[in-house]
Amino acid sequence: MAELTEQQKQAYWRYNIRLTTVLLVIWFVTAYIISGLMAGWLNQFTFLGFPLGYYMAAQGSLAVFVIEIAVYARLMNGKDREYGMVEEE
Amino acid sequence: MKRTWTLDKIFGLYTLAFLGVTTLIGLAEYLLGLPPKWIGWIFMALSIGIYVVIGIITRTSEADQYYVAGRRVPALYNGMATGSDWMSAASFISMAGALSAQGFSGLAYVMGWTGGYLLLAVFLGPYLRQFGAYTIPDFLDARYGGNIPRIVGVVAAIACSFTYLIAQVTGVGLIVARFIGLDFNIGVFVGLLGVLFCSVLGGMRSVTWTQVAQYIILIISYLVPVVYLSWSIFSIPLPELTYGQLLQSNNARAIEVTRDAKEKETRALWKKDADDIDAKLKAADVPEDEAEKLKAQRALALRQATAPAASDEATIGRYLTVPTGVGIWNFLALTFCLMVGTAGLPHILTRYYTTPSVREARTSVAWSLFFIFLLYFTAPAYAAFARFAIYARLVGTQIAELPRWVTLWAPAGLFEVVDRNGDGIVQWADFVIKSTDFVVLATPEIAGLPFVITGLVMAGGLAAALSTADGLLLTIANAFSHDLYYNVIDRTASLKKRLTITKILLIVTALVAAWVATYRLAIIVELVAWAFSLAGASFFPALVMGIWWTRTNKTGAVAGMIAGLLVTLYYMIGSRFYGVSWFGTQTIASAIFGLPVGFLVIWIVSLLTEPPPRAIQDLVTNVRYPQGDKMRAATSSAVTPTTAH
Repeated sequence: MAELTEQQKQAYWRYNIRLTTVLLVIWFVTAYIISGLMAGWLNQFTFLGFPLGYYMAAQGSLAVFVIEIAVYARLMNGKDREYGMVEEE
Repeated sequence: MKRTWTLDKIFGLYTLAFLGVTTLIGLAEYLLGLPPKWIGWIFMALSIGIYVVIGIITRTSEADQYYVAGRRVPALYNGMATGSDWMSAASFISMAGALSAQGFSGLAYVMGWTGGYLLLAVFLGPYLRQFGAYTIPDFLDARYGGNIPRIVGVVAAIACSFTYLIAQVTGVGLIVARFIGLDFNIGVFVGLLGVLFCSVLGGMRSVTWTQVAQYIILIISYLVPVVYLSWSIFSIPLPELTYGQLLQSNNARAIEVTRDAKEKETRALWKKDADDIDAKLKAADVPEDEAEKLKAQRALALRQATAPAASDEATIGRYLTVPTGVGIWNFLALTFCLMVGTAGLPHILTRYYTTPSVREARTSVAWSLFFIFLLYFTAPAYAAFARFAIYARLVGTQIAELPRWVTLWAPAGLFEVVDRNGDGIVQWADFVIKSTDFVVLATPEIAGLPFVITGLVMAGGLAAALSTADGLLLTIANAFSHDLYYNVIDRTASLKKRLTITKILLIVTALVAAWVATYRLAIIVELVAWAFSLAGASFFPALVMGIWWTRTNKTGAVAGMIAGLLVTLYYMIGSRFYGVSWFGTQTIASAIFGLPVGFLVIWIVSLLTEPPPRAIQDLVTNVRYPQGDKMRAATSSAVTPTTAH
């Protein structure tokens, strides 16, 4: 691979930090705020026959986690390619 | 790519063959009246046979193959292997039942055991892959330098893996005993044969491919019964979507049952039992052990006396009641500890060493969680279907004409049907649940499905327990032989000698675990929950700080790991046995204190002492930029295992 310049390295790492932070915030809000602290209040709404708070803790949050990791893998792998960081596979 | 295609073909055919054989057994049961015991034997022999054959085919004595499956496991398959490595007997057999018993609070497990994978994905997985060691203690040694971090890592890895292993071995024994009717102790050893064949012959390589095979069996067997029930009740084969309606209709039925006069009578009798026991307890000089027994009886009677629905307006009762105050604190704390523990368990972390590249490691975490999600997503539905089946097929039947499954399951002792008010009819309160494990194991029969489905569920439970045992056993044996013997005691030992030692240790560890399991210690369940807190408080801070902060040094890491472990241990033991209580936190959420202490100590001690050598700091910075194995070769002086090729 071509050596990356210091600048490129910084840009790449900043992107990673930003992505990681966004994902962690979503993770925290989904798991601890929506499915935890707010679940009781959310239970007054119904979704697919489930009270919403229960649904979020039992299924909704899990789906969010799966999507988050898939997005992370996709975006970071794309970024690697953009910066020409090719690994022999 | 070509290789993946071959793998797809192999495992595709394997899945079809498994489904085909299951159908054949079903036909044999339907047409020829194949007895249940035979079905149990066939499923057990067949599945263990498959694992043994895979073990033999993939045997190896190359270091890279033995420790990290040659780092050539494609993301998808590593995801499946991680899925079955991760999902143990507890996930498979106990979780659905525990959810039905604990209601909302039980969801901490569902969220904690899945949300942890995000932490693993963004903080650890890809970076550990880039580092490219063999074991987690290897990483600690390479990053922090010297034997002390490695030894602390070895101790922590063995501590959390071994307790977990005993629980799996116990699970194997229970399943074999229940379905085949073998003695528990013999069951344990039979199951272990299957485990040992893989791990001894081919290390990580065999374990990986066996785990993929085990994942396929366990997910099929978990989904088939609920999908079938969902289809037969709602004509939609997606239990995850339909069980919301089922919760509603169960609730309506519960209110109906609660109003029933006979039901009220039965409950009143249970209440009277509880009061009688209370009176006995209040009377002076009841011996200690006698009092314990009475208290358990009273708890049971009180539970039976509780109406299935609190009031007419009660929506879906305590199922949905979100705890408040200390309850919600414990819910959040437990969720957090399970998440961090998930991201800190060595047998899971090492799975991400086995992918061909950093990119595949990232994709692989996504696949792992997806495959785990398939089961966890379905688990809460199981309980609703079980309850539905009991309302529909048991409540209101004549006690003289009990369904066949009641008598079939009686010896297992998971539940009991007693005609409390002697009216000859089964009321809801006549159904005494002793262990919620019946939910997954007995639902197929409760719902009137053929026994072949029960056999399938058994094979799935066995696969879940064996696959986790495989991974744990290998982690423990490698910690002793690779980390302790080779890297600390004798650096000149030949590869052959090291592998021989690993193999002997595998057998010894398995035997010790089996021997401990035969004691059936009651504390095992708690030990497993503790393992998460221990892993979270010891490994997580040292790994995350080691990867994300170049300034972290050896002294800081060692101090942090030890401090995290000690605080967690102190709170665990203190709150379990000596009444220590900080904010009313439950003992299984102990890492909520140990983890921040771990991070803090690493940070402060690192700042107070010398920064790590320049080479190490450069290494940590370089790990950020995936560069394939070239970079690892260049830094092999710091990363020991690459010299072992």
